[in-house]
Amino acid sequence: MKYLELTVGAVLVYNFVLSRFLGICPFLGVSKRLSTAMGMSGAVIFVMTLASFITTLLYRNVLQFSFGGEKIDLIFLQVLVFILVIAALVQLIEIMLQKLSPVLYQALGIYLPLITTNCAVLGAATISANNGYTVMESTVFGFFSGVGFALALLLFASLRERLELATPPEAFKGTPIALVTAGILAMAFVGFSGLC
Amino acid sequence: MNTVVLIAVVLMAVLGLALGVVIGWFAKLFRVETDSRVELVTELLPGANCGGCGKAGCSDFAKSVVAGENPPSKCPVSSSEQISAIAMALGIDAGESFQQRAVVCCGGDMEQTKRLLNYNGVLDCVSASLVAGGPKGCSYGCLGMGTCAHHCPFGAIEMINNLAVVHRELCVGCGNCVAACPRGVIKLVPADADVHIYCNSPAKGAAKKQVCNVPCIGCRKCAKFAPDKFTVNGFLAAVNYQAEAFPTAEDVSAVGCPTGALLTVEEHLKIEQNEPEWSAGKK
Repeated sequence: MKYLELTVGAVLVYNFVLSRFLGICPFLGVSKRLSTAMGMSGAVIFVMTLASFITTLLYRNVLQFSFGGEKIDLIFLQVLVFILVIAALVQLIEIMLQKLSPVLYQALGIYLPLITTNCAVLGAATISANNGYTVMESTVFGFFSGVGFALALLLFASLRERLELATPPEAFKGTPIALVTAGILAMAFVGFSGLC
Repeated sequence: MNTVVLIAVVLMAVLGLALGVVIGWFAKLFRVETDSRVELVTELLPGANCGGCGKAGCSDFAKSVVAGENPPSKCPVSSSEQISAIAMALGIDAGESFQQRAVVCCGGDMEQTKRLLNYNGVLDCVSASLVAGGPKGCSYGCLGMGTCAHHCPFGAIEMINNLAVVHRELCVGCGNCVAACPRGVIKLVPADADVHIYCNSPAKGAAKKQVCNVPCIGCRKCAKFAPDKFTVNGFLAAVNYQAEAFPTAEDVSAVGCPTGALLTVEEHLKIEQNEPEWSAGKK
């Protein structure tokens, strides 16, 4: 039951973009074309899974431990440590990609460094920590949160490609109509609430 | 309390150090070998990123030069010394250099061309040509809104009295203005050609005369004087840029163009300023 919440819940009910409103910047910035949205989605899923795994590992073993019978609580360092780890992780992935897959590196381009400051990644880590997920649960949660982000991004990118051809009023062209569309999409996702 | 602070500081220091070491180690492990010659050539190139070579920018061009796809002389901006320096650095042939310059084939500024309407739209040639054809009477000449001047990465085009004028000493012949002009008034010509026909209108002579003081009316005076240097196509003469020798300033005075469409580059610069001796001489 717990894993149902972690999987279906993360993808549909508590979708990061459309229900929790995290990661809105890439949601609007990278959704102009479906192909770039796919690249970004892949990168986010990858980083989110890895980041959730490592941050929970750190959270459970390094930020809380017993030291000579005394319980040391370093939870107040949570955000600092998480950001540091995520930034370093993205940097490592970037270095590896440049060598191992230059094509993917070129395709991801600026989006990979952008993930460093993507609040959805930090959000997944923080939510895992606050809910007291185990390392395994957190990794599953991270992966499916990424899938949820990808779903929202791909849906929105497809919608926007159609929007390009539509003729909204002059003042609504571009970002305004995109934001209206995002709002309607978010409302549609409210329909999933109560599923689990 | 003090232990917690101490542990927090030590933890962050250790974490930062460990991540730094790991990143450094990874960077070394996964280092991508870049061709140092590309950097060298990029440094030797002008760095204007004008796109005149057909590549996305100077570093892209450098890559193609190193790869042997393009000769260094494909760069329109570099002087022959710079190009030979690149060729020397790479030990390759510099390739045949062909320097070009842009020329605005129109002499109709606001004084010389009839004003057809008051244009109050966006100050951009493309907009003007779409909306109402711009303020000037001639629908083939320079629109005078300066779109080419905005597109010139070298600041070689000056707008004088609503007419684009190319300063030859600044122009490198990258062709950005040619692509920007909606009327196709600007042409790339060999760099050593000094004399041009400053008219672009294929309309009949009488029709041109109604809207402009300085059109080419197709009288063939220049072509009769030097058939190898000038060609006349319909009602528009042109300098034969394929010819062995280009017309000179002496030729211009010898021909005595009745309308003043045949000018040297220097004279074209002056016509814009409405120099009194020109007006007196021709009118």
